Amino acid sequence: MVMIHTVYRETKARPGFLIALAFFAALAAIGLGAAWYMEHHGHIVTGMNNGIVWGLPHVFAIFLIVAASGVLNMASLASVFGKLPYKPKARLSGLMAIALLVGGLAVLVLDLGRPERLTVAMTSYNFKSIFAWNIFLYTGFLAIVGFYLIVQMTRRWQKFTTPVGTVAFLWRLILTTGTGSIFGWLVARQAFNAAMMAPLFIAMSLSFGLAIFILTRMALDMGCDRTLGNALVERLGRLLGIFAAAVLYFTFVMHLTNLYSASRIGVERFLLLDGGIYPLLFWGVQVLLGGLLPIAIVYSKAGRSPAMIALASALVIIGGLAQVYVIVIGGQAWPLEIFPGMQVSSSFGDGQIQAYTPSLPELLLGLGGIGIAAVVTMLGVKFLPILPSEDGEAVEQPAAA
Amino acid sequence: MSCGTNRDCGCATSASPGVDAGRRAFLKSGAAFATVALTPTVTLMAFGAGDAAAQGAQERLNPAARWGLLIDVSKCGDGCNECVTACRKENGWEDTGHPATDAQWIRKVTLTDPKSGASRELPVMCQHCDEPPCVDVCPTGASFKRADGIVLVDKHRCIGCRYCMMACPYKARSFIHEALIDQKPHAPRGKGTVESCTLCVHRIDSGRNPACVESCNATGGGAMMFGDLNDPESAIAKRVAELASTQLRDDLGLDPGVHYVNL
Repeated sequence: MVMIHTVYRETKARPGFLIALAFFAALAAIGLGAAWYMEHHGHIVTGMNNGIVWGLPHVFAIFLIVAASGVLNMASLASVFGKLPYKPKARLSGLMAIALLVGGLAVLVLDLGRPERLTVAMTSYNFKSIFAWNIFLYTGFLAIVGFYLIVQMTRRWQKFTTPVGTVAFLWRLILTTGTGSIFGWLVARQAFNAAMMAPLFIAMSLSFGLAIFILTRMALDMGCDRTLGNALVERLGRLLGIFAAAVLYFTFVMHLTNLYSASRIGVERFLLLDGGIYPLLFWGVQVLLGGLLPIAIVYSKAGRSPAMIALASALVIIGGLAQVYVIVIGGQAWPLEIFPGMQVSSSFGDGQIQAYTPSLPELLLGLGGIGIAAVVTMLGVKFLPILPSEDGEAVEQPAAA
Repeated sequence: MSCGTNRDCGCATSASPGVDAGRRAFLKSGAAFATVALTPTVTLMAFGAGDAAAQGAQERLNPAARWGLLIDVSKCGDGCNECVTACRKENGWEDTGHPATDAQWIRKVTLTDPKSGASRELPVMCQHCDEPPCVDVCPTGASFKRADGIVLVDKHRCIGCRYCMMACPYKARSFIHEALIDQKPHAPRGKGTVESCTLCVHRIDSGRNPACVESCNATGGGAMMFGDLNDPESAIAKRVAELASTQLRDDLGLDPGVHYVNL
């Protein structure tokens, strides 16, 4: 085994780092302002309604929460699977996992009808609710990954890195299973109610999380006082290709399963063929731009270029947002089939495709979540020994070969 | 209307509260109010008057009952909206011209058979399931089922997450998208919370029929029947036993308390 002695240091920020920090802080502040506006006026100022009850904020929130568990994979590779070349990335991985979850949860909470009743959600549990389980899974994740970071930063606790990392890894698998099950266990809706949602969400988390990690790592290279190098970027790019393919695979199997059921052909036709924006997002953005294209990039000669791997990562993120949009909004847009086989109409939109146009406050709240995640990450990098020094990165390279 | 003296009011404390009971309730409210500034949301849950109201309702609640409705679709008139109008008037929800965001506790649904072209109408509201998915998924327990089968939302505990709306197979729930005025004391509602048909629980607790049933039988087609499904001697239980009734989405095994015949 190759011994790796990595030195981690707080970061001295370059001007670009501070400008980016100010930008993301402003984004977070605007998001908070949008949330205040929504709460003051009520959700009447959003595009959400009694048919589409979860809108764009949920798309951002779920994307960030799913990515949070996936971004921890870098740390898991080092601590759980013994891939030592990834060890210098473990602290950043843990920090980003916390940051993304905080950003996602902030959006989720601020979109509540009564966000000031968070105390109720924290003190009054219905233990049959998968939503309530998720509250424990999220807070538990923050605590475990936080402790995992402390263990990594405490020299005399190094021996605990593997067991704590293993707990964190198992917890993240359960957490993403829980997030997928929020939809998978909804028996009432044709587009959800699929056990496949849990593994699909795990694949999504790995893909989105890695894409965000790669981009963040490259951005930090540019904005910090050290050049960390791209020794593993090419390898990470190929790993991203595998994860993106896994997302496509689970998506394919889920839709194929639904297509085999006569009762679900209607909703499948809607999502995949004639549902307007939803098939466009599915085929054009999720599958083509966010799936096939990045896979092609990372497995071609272009995949050796960090710039092209960054492009592939950005495409995966864009495709991921489109995928979550189709799952969350598209799944609700298809009307509830209360009277199968009948043509239905009412004053409440029965039998009609549920219309939804996202409003600006919703978009700003969602972007605010990204801002919060970025600010937490950047402050962590600035004030904690998260990033390895150049020396540490140099030592890891032989092992990476 | 004064809560605690009117038996029709869902906020009433008990059948005939004495002076001491009223004083106790007042003192409890005062003590609870003193902590409002510290923890407003927690305090709302424990507010004295709410305790007294809940206690009063529990005293009138018949845990052996399973309240339900039987709707004869063949008697539900085309274009008749009596049940909807009565519910609106009774519970104070209004049509503001925004059907996508306005609350609708009950609605008339028109069904057309695409093969025969035959059509019919029926009212759809909360089906008061025996295994309500809204109650299962609610993270805080704000959605709950009373012992007598009525499914309700505790407005003080609802955080407005709308997961119950995702889970309800009947689109029976509405989210309050904007501030409200002129609420009915027996049907408190609030911006940012979810609500649905209460089966007129305040009427049931005082021995009366739900407003929709009363109206349908008085001026509508007489299509709706209300009663205790658990009482084999009740008219509704006898009718359900003798007729081939249908429960909506019975494939889900939720055992709704609303039965339809001639659907």
